[in-house]
Amino acid sequence: MTTTQPVEVDLPSGGEDVHPDRPWLVIVWNDPVNLMSYVTYVFQKLFGYSHDKATKLMLDVHHKGRAVVSSGPRERAEVDVARLHEHGLWATMEQAE
Amino acid sequence: MTPSRRRFTRDRQGRFHPRLSPEERQLLEGLPAQAQELLATRDQSTKRLFPVAYLDDPTAEREYQALVGESLLDHHRHALDCLAQTASAETVGLGELEQWMGAFEVLRLVLGTQLDVSEDMTSIDPEDPRAAGLALYGYLSLLQEEVVTALAGMLPDVKEET
Repeated sequence: MTTTQPVEVDLPSGGEDVHPDRPWLVIVWNDPVNLMSYVTYVFQKLFGYSHDKATKLMLDVHHKGRAVVSSGPRERAEVDVARLHEHGLWATMEQAE
Repeated sequence: MTPSRRRFTRDRQGRFHPRLSPEERQLLEGLPAQAQELLATRDQSTKRLFPVAYLDDPTAEREYQALVGESLLDHHRHALDCLAQTASAETVGLGELEQWMGAFEVLRLVLGTQLDVSEDMTSIDPEDPRAAGLALYGYLSLLQEEVVTALAGMLPDVKEET
């Protein structure tokens, strides 16, 4: 897990990253409640992924415990996390090393 | 399950026809109110509905919750309201079916937390004091699976990324 120095944030107008050049990773974690078909559907719906790509990510979550489902600037990652939370998925974000 | 036995079939006008008995509709009308009560008090069983975004940055996490928490609550409440209001409808639109999926998600997350479900639960022991709750959980899982099948058929055909 990446650890970062405490960051002064002023969201949503844009936080100041310690390393603004590093992308933020959106991670979905395995949980015992969400159905595999549902998780696949959510990845397709939210990110526009193909069924194959969404299925692969879902299986990564299921078998490896977590998967990076998107990455980008902090604000974008935070929007993705919030949308995943709306859909009941356990999503977190962290800055790439 | 053959197509004719699907729970949610779509007609030519794009409306979905839920194949549910009057008893099932009554159940689906009533369950959202129970979840709404738990949400109102932020009962411990609703914790999965408000996940953590920043695992190791408490300041950022507080700001995220301040920014998103209320709209997330509204989102869940709206889905539950929609299910309660349309559970007896003969047909529902795409947007309503999406809300049903959201409501099933809320109900399953709450029930799953209350029952402390694990991934390897494949059968229900009738002696288990949680048996009735687990049966309801299984039923909601089946319905959600069916809604996902119906909605997945509406997704655009995306070509494999290269």
